[in-house]
Amino acid sequence: MLQVHHINSYYGKAHVLNDLSFGVERGKVVALLGRNGAGKTTTLKSIMQIVVPASGRIVFQERDITRLATHMVAKLGIGYVPEERRIFTDLTVIENLEVGRQPPREGAVTWNIEMLFDLFPNLAERCKNRGKALSGGEQQMLTIARTLMGNPILILLDEPSEGIAPVIVEQMVRVIRQIKTEGLAVLLSEQNLHFAHAVADEALIIEGGSRKFYGSLDDLNARPDIRDSYLAV
Amino acid sequence: MGFYVAQILTGLANAGALFMVASGLSLIFGVTRIVNFAHGSFYMIGAYIGYTLMQTLPGAIGFWSAILLAGLAVGLVGLIVEVLVLRPVYKAPELFQLVATFGVILVIQDLTLMIWGPEDLLGPRAPGLRGVVHIMGEPIPKYDIALLVITPFVALGLWYVIARTRIGILVRAATQDREMVGALGVNQAWLFTGVFALGTALAGLGGALQLPKGGADLLMDFNILTAVFVVVVIGGMGSLPGAYLAAVIISVVNVFGVTFLPQSTLVLIFLVMVLVLMIRPYGLLGREEVAGEHGQVGEPEVPIQPAGRRSRALVAVGLLVLAALPLYGSSFIQVLATDIMIFCLFAASLHFLLGTGGLVSFGHAAYFGGGAYVAALLITHAQTPMELAFLLAPIGAGLAALIIGWICLRLTGVYFAMLTLAFSQLLWSLVFQWGDVTGGDDGLVNIWPADWLKPTTIYFYFSLILCVGGILLMRHIAHSPFGYSLRAARDSERRAEATGINTRHVRWMAFCFAGVLAGLAGGLFVFSKGSIFPNELEIARSFDALIVVFLGGVKTLAGGVVGGAFFKGVEEILTRFEYWRLAFGLLIILVVTFAPQGIVGSIRKIFDRKVETRS
Ligand SMILES: Nc1ncnc2c1ncn2[C@@H]1O[C@H](COP(=O)(O)OP(=O)(O)OP(=O)(O)O)[C@@H](O)[C@H]1O
Ligand SMILES: [Mg+2]
Repeated sequence: MLQVHHINSYYGKAHVLNDLSFGVERGKVVALLGRNGAGKTTTLKSIMQIVVPASGRIVFQERDITRLATHMVAKLGIGYVPEERRIFTDLTVIENLEVGRQPPREGAVTWNIEMLFDLFPNLAERCKNRGKALSGGEQQMLTIARTLMGNPILILLDEPSEGIAPVIVEQMVRVIRQIKTEGLAVLLSEQNLHFAHAVADEALIIEGGSRKFYGSLDDLNARPDIRDSYLAV
Repeated sequence: MGFYVAQILTGLANAGALFMVASGLSLIFGVTRIVNFAHGSFYMIGAYIGYTLMQTLPGAIGFWSAILLAGLAVGLVGLIVEVLVLRPVYKAPELFQLVATFGVILVIQDLTLMIWGPEDLLGPRAPGLRGVVHIMGEPIPKYDIALLVITPFVALGLWYVIARTRIGILVRAATQDREMVGALGVNQAWLFTGVFALGTALAGLGGALQLPKGGADLLMDFNILTAVFVVVVIGGMGSLPGAYLAAVIISVVNVFGVTFLPQSTLVLIFLVMVLVLMIRPYGLLGREEVAGEHGQVGEPEVPIQPAGRRSRALVAVGLLVLAALPLYGSSFIQVLATDIMIFCLFAASLHFLLGTGGLVSFGHAAYFGGGAYVAALLITHAQTPMELAFLLAPIGAGLAALIIGWICLRLTGVYFAMLTLAFSQLLWSLVFQWGDVTGGDDGLVNIWPADWLKPTTIYFYFSLILCVGGILLMRHIAHSPFGYSLRAARDSERRAEATGINTRHVRWMAFCFAGVLAGLAGGLFVFSKGSIFPNELEIARSFDALIVVFLGGVKTLAGGVVGGAFFKGVEEILTRFEYWRLAFGLLIILVVTFAPQGIVGSIRKIFDRKVETRS
């Protein structure tokens, strides 16, 4: 569904992604693992074309999306859930969801506000509240729900478990599993290995912007050395 | 009692146009982060287009549809301007976008002059609303009553669009985090265009609506701009109810001012503004602007470095050529060179504030003209010796900067910028309205230098030494510990504070220092010309300096000087043509679009590229 071919991304002169290649298949969850500053966020931003890779190609459903405008990437069906949440704090929960709304898309679930409130009951209770009145966990649910309103085929999730209570992480796990059964694909940037284990099929480990491991989660479990050298445990 | 009610009603009626222009400005700023200086220009063409339409469309229906159509037409012009001029510069540094809008002001001024001619147009009366009604015994024009009723409806309609429609939700979301809105699949480019068109349409509507009260003239653009900035500052950027409230307050204060203190209406308005800001720094209903939000653009700054050997040599050669000018240049050339040097010093002082301090002042002419007026007033009224008067020019300007800076620096960013503009207008209006002392529009004349300075060549050297000295002093200070603190405060206020720098104090001192040097330029100016007129204090003069700094390049220390020389040179050539503003405006827009690093920056970039390919 998504193929990333040899991308190199820069911030000014800083070379952050180094010849990175990987893919994400339909119905699969790929965990993107690595320490702080490894380049996880930059990888997701490069796919969204928020950071435009200097070289390499990104292909989504047989279409080259490199150098496409960010909103076009989103319109093609890639949903982005950024780190630091970035909900619209002055808008109500319902209005936040409204910003994410896109027309129904073939091959994807068409979400509506009721379905999302079933998925995240906490949000339903707070639907008239402004974003800034929500707790951290609620804000995280809102960013995911907001992205789902765009009926994405592939979801890029940037550290959804960061700074969130374990009960809510459990809820996230449930949601991601459900998304998977709907036939959607997820690329999940994580530092929380337990969370990755609970949902992911494959793992991609990067360090200094280069690929250090790419394979199934079972293979990764068989290589404790890799885990120890590239992940903070 | 009836009298007061009548005054308040008139004020409310006047608030209509002001509210529409201000809310448009505020809307555009919220989403695009551009302070649209050309907003007054859209208001002006709204009035002119409305006038023409009213001439052709008959009757009451014709009158009201003319107003609506004028709004639509201006919205269309706004759309074209946004696509052609602003789209290419959204990614450029924020300050460059301002210059693009200056270019638009100049172009619109000349196009309006071409199409409608130089005469003021008297607005037609509204059919069916010609007379007055008596309220508590006081006559109130019927049209005022109509305005009173219409404005809240426009405000409500606008509120509905913003609060209740999908477009409004997207606008509010983009105001907060436009990158995120794009990542959710919204085409920002069209959202920006739509908001710009809506904002300018509101300005045009305001311009057309006020026709029966004010007519149309070529000064409307700058005249409304000050009032609009004041309204936005008082009401709070981005708040529609705030804009309405502030427009009402300002208009009512103005109406009472005209009745009781006709000489100082503007002063009264400024007093109200200062009072509001003392209590609520971000306006009545506004909120603090958070710096460094998501979606901000621009590359990280390249640190300014001390001059290398090559550039030192280049500057030395340039100075020698300049110093030898009397050997080969006529006295006309020497006068022109003096003009240019003075202007360069003025521009460089703004450049110091802007580049090194990160403080965008929209009203720097206050200190240039202020210094000039201090000297001229002393000569005229106190027969002060020229040398002393000259010395007091920078000191006077510095004192003004001390006071104004203290108030303005309570705010940051765009609020700071608007406040500086407002204060420079206050000074202008003081000089303009206080005719007994300042000569008003007729200015002050016969302000000649002392005998020993009278010869052109001597005055040329006098200016050369002071201008070059002033510019070198600024360079020196930019590289001194004070300069480092100032740059630290510019780049990260919080971190600078954490290292023990009192950022507000450092900025205040920088503001005064820039004021002193602008005053020095003003002092040199008044004695070289022998006279001074209020237009040296005008917004246009402040804008000239800003344009120069941007043309030269904000991020290079030489920017102010090179830009100043370029500007004066171009002005000298262009002002010989009738429609020089049009040409100059287009030139600015082209430079902004194609050389967003400014002249010095672009030359340096070409140079760097050469070096890179060679190595
Ligand atoms: N806007 C930026 N400008 C310059 N450098 C940046 C910028 N954003 C990130 N970097 C640098 O790029 C590298 C990769 O950053 P990135 O945010 O992709 O890491 P990450 O793996 O997401 O880290 P974390 O786990 O902390 O979120 C880091 O060294 C970081 O310092
Ligand atoms: Mg990250």
